[in-house]
Amino acid sequence: MLNIKELLDKVKASPYREIVVRAPHTGVVAFAAVKPGEKVHGPRGEFLEKPGTLLAHLTREKNEKSIPAPEKGVIEVVHTQHEGRFVEAGEPLLTIKHYLTRKEVIELILQEALYLFRAPERAKYYFVPEVDQKLKVSGKRSVKVQDGMEFLIVSRMKRETPLVYSGPEGIIYSVYFGRGDNVDEGEPLIGVCPEDQLTVIQDVVARIQSEWEEEA
Amino acid sequence: MDRERRIQGLRDRLTYIQDIFANRDDDSIRLLAAKFGEMMERHRSVPGGTKREELARIDDLFDFSERKLDTTLTPMDRVRIVRHPQRICLKDILENVYDNYTEIGGRGEYNIDPSMLIARAVFSRRVGDKVINQMVMVIGQEKGHGEAFRNGGSVKPWGNAKALHYMKVAETENIPVHTFVFTPGAYPVEDWPGAAQQIARNLYELAGLRVPVVAVFSEGGSGGAEAIGLADRRIMLSHGYYSVISPEGAAAIEAGLRSGDRATPELIEKCARQLRITAEDNLRNGYVDRVLQEPPLGARPYHYDFFRELRRELIQTTNEVVSSVKSMKLYRAMAVRTSKTDDAESIYMRWTLSSSALDRLVDQRQRKFRAMSRHARLDGTGVVSRAVAATKGTIWAAHSFLRYDLLGRQKRRLNAVFEDLGAEAHLVRHKVLMPLKKAMDRMLPGNGGVQPKVGEAVMDRLTRLSCPEDGACLVGSEWAWTSPRSQEDRTISCPNVRTHHCPDLWVPDLFGDFAGVCPSCGHHFPMEYRWYLQNVFDYSESKEFNGQLESMNPLGYEKFDTKLDKAKERTGLKSACITFETSIEEVDAVVAVLCAPFRGGSVGAAEGEKFIRAAERATRKRQPFIAYVHGTAGIRIQEGVNGVIQMPRCTIAVRRYIDAGGLYLVLYDTNSYAGPVASFLGCSPYQFAVQSSNIGFAGPGVISETTGISVPPNYHKAYHALSRGHIHGIWDRREVKKNLHQSLLTMGGRNLYYR
Repeated sequence: MLNIKELLDKVKASPYREIVVRAPHTGVVAFAAVKPGEKVHGPRGEFLEKPGTLLAHLTREKNEKSIPAPEKGVIEVVHTQHEGRFVEAGEPLLTIKHYLTRKEVIELILQEALYLFRAPERAKYYFVPEVDQKLKVSGKRSVKVQDGMEFLIVSRMKRETPLVYSGPEGIIYSVYFGRGDNVDEGEPLIGVCPEDQLTVIQDVVARIQSEWEEEA
Repeated sequence: MDRERRIQGLRDRLTYIQDIFANRDDDSIRLLAAKFGEMMERHRSVPGGTKREELARIDDLFDFSERKLDTTLTPMDRVRIVRHPQRICLKDILENVYDNYTEIGGRGEYNIDPSMLIARAVFSRRVGDKVINQMVMVIGQEKGHGEAFRNGGSVKPWGNAKALHYMKVAETENIPVHTFVFTPGAYPVEDWPGAAQQIARNLYELAGLRVPVVAVFSEGGSGGAEAIGLADRRIMLSHGYYSVISPEGAAAIEAGLRSGDRATPELIEKCARQLRITAEDNLRNGYVDRVLQEPPLGARPYHYDFFRELRRELIQTTNEVVSSVKSMKLYRAMAVRTSKTDDAESIYMRWTLSSSALDRLVDQRQRKFRAMSRHARLDGTGVVSRAVAATKGTIWAAHSFLRYDLLGRQKRRLNAVFEDLGAEAHLVRHKVLMPLKKAMDRMLPGNGGVQPKVGEAVMDRLTRLSCPEDGACLVGSEWAWTSPRSQEDRTISCPNVRTHHCPDLWVPDLFGDFAGVCPSCGHHFPMEYRWYLQNVFDYSESKEFNGQLESMNPLGYEKFDTKLDKAKERTGLKSACITFETSIEEVDAVVAVLCAPFRGGSVGAAEGEKFIRAAERATRKRQPFIAYVHGTAGIRIQEGVNGVIQMPRCTIAVRRYIDAGGLYLVLYDTNSYAGPVASFLGCSPYQFAVQSSNIGFAGPGVISETTGISVPPNYHKAYHALSRGHIHGIWDRREVKKNLHQSLLTMGGRNLYYR
């Protein structure tokens, strides 16, 4: 059984992710005016059409390209020794400390705690009618799945085949696909939670929801 | 009770005046407010204390002040008048001007588009001792003050489609159409049928609509107004405005504002003044036929005299339109022309027209628009050249008639007969000879059955699909003209690098050999218009015409002269439009090019005139007409209505050309937006786009400004336009010439000389 408390403590001990911004290709680096400790933001706008804070320029063959911040965070290190110099691809240029958001933490814990049933091929997935109805009427967490149970329909090229669940017995905790979406191979379809751990997980999620300050 | 109502009426009038003269300090307004406040004070302290005489006195004071203030109205005040919730709207007109009406195609919220109102209305009149009912189709925007679902008179594309539908109904029923323009501009959604394309379709149909059309302008904002405004007679209300763009929009463009910022009120005032948007300005320029005087400070729903005036005007104007083409009019025509008083009602003119009269009507409408905006361009062509051109035109027309109509028709008929006979003969021969041949084949040895062996190499060549090892299947990378940018020694990144992982491109390769096309993902980098002129249209071999037509500053717009001069100097052009005759793979064609570097490819009076002349030339010479749009930002706002009137003018020219049996092809490149797309370009039955171009009605900035909705970054991409049904194909830049030739051979009307 997974020790969720330990996991949460671990996340709390270092509630951030370090993002190393590396040179995407060779070129001469010119840093923008960013200093350690400064806040940067990731892509914004409704369609993420506005790029993040400008971190540096990389020039190769007189082709100047900007390197924007990939996510929100605080600049930790700027490798200023590269300023005006030629670097190779993959050279770390900056480090951004990205504080985990509430959603990310929940996701992180769920990924660890739940059993993820992944898509065997790229297709559209539907629940079989009985499961679908149950999910609709009584909501998620009302359906119990066990090994060998037919619970999904794989729909591809007008061919519909049933899919059998394999994995530990438990309750469907989260559904990761939408109706009519194409799901890539290896993407998680559902997260299954053993019945005895349900209360623990719900508790943890509720606690994170209320306690975690970093929102988005 | 009556007293309370009168006080309420006065209060409304006061707030109206204060709203119209927003932030203007005027003694009359202050006096009115003070007097009204005093009266209210008394009224409150002594209930019923206000005497009838006092009310009458203050009423007179209001009348007097309104008349006085009316003389001080600025253009921007007029804009505020038409936007005011107390302004008359179409519903008021339907109630008060017509004797009866039935709203059709929707009611209130239950409507395809509540901002477009359609009604069958009736004028009931007593002429002599007979009562006559005359039907009209009323089409117009309803601002529906306070009704949010009306969207303030901004019509969505399906609203314009509805208007078009009922115009056709009116045409079928042969009743006149009265249109009422009450719109600040069309709503810029691009869903099918498309904001720009639907307006273009409306204009195209109106250009040849076979019923009398009378338009009344109160608030006319650009494309939205044009969608129902192309009329035989245009009446304008004296306190309305008719403009290419709202003063706020013009100010935002002038100040070069980014989204979110607001222009200062002073700048907006100035733009409103400079755009020449008032009724008198439009009358002087000839874009409206008559101005109908409104009560001081604009008509409000309780001005019943004004409605009577409007009714008389509508009847008289419709009579005029009808009488101008009717064969039997006699004395009535003269009476109609001279009647100034209410007796317009007593002149009866049947509004249904015969087929030949309708032909004359359409022709008259088209001529009327053709003659507009002459003053808004410079024509440097000398008298001699003009005479020569006119003579040449006549000769071409006569030649075309002789060669393609008189002789050509006989020849075609003969050819058709021979073709049919030939086909018959072929079939007969086949039937007779086939058994014979089969028998011979059976008898003679070594004949048939054994196929010659095909070599490996030939086999390979025939079965191979493409040549991936040769790069992007490029055949011949020698262009007649290469961009000067190809001289730069540097690389450039494709904008699709995130999704397609395109490698960086060396600029001399990209602009020299690849014609600005990313070999990895096919993204088209913007290319100079000269590339197309030389590589597609063989400009060096072609014959340019009307090169002397020149853009000018007809409104005396501030600093616009210098901007124009700068554009002329930088591009070496006199206007954004180049027109020439060329031959594409042996097929002669007339080409009009809108070049983006000249003021964004915006269209003004000179561009419109050149375009029209090109269409006329193509008609005379029986040649296909190609519009290559290197880029257009819309109508040139600094020319005001002189620019916007090019929308109906050019559409009429295009319609005449297509009706005459020609082939009108439009090819969009880079960015094409607004007015031209919403008129003479969007109405073409054959519209194509170069890959990676953007096509739309309003740019993303304008959309978020006017509707508050932000659109996805790829909202206007050619592929989206294709999927919405606005264009009919997307071409690779390197294949434009080939595709054009193919189109010339396979598309278009009956009157092309090479058919």
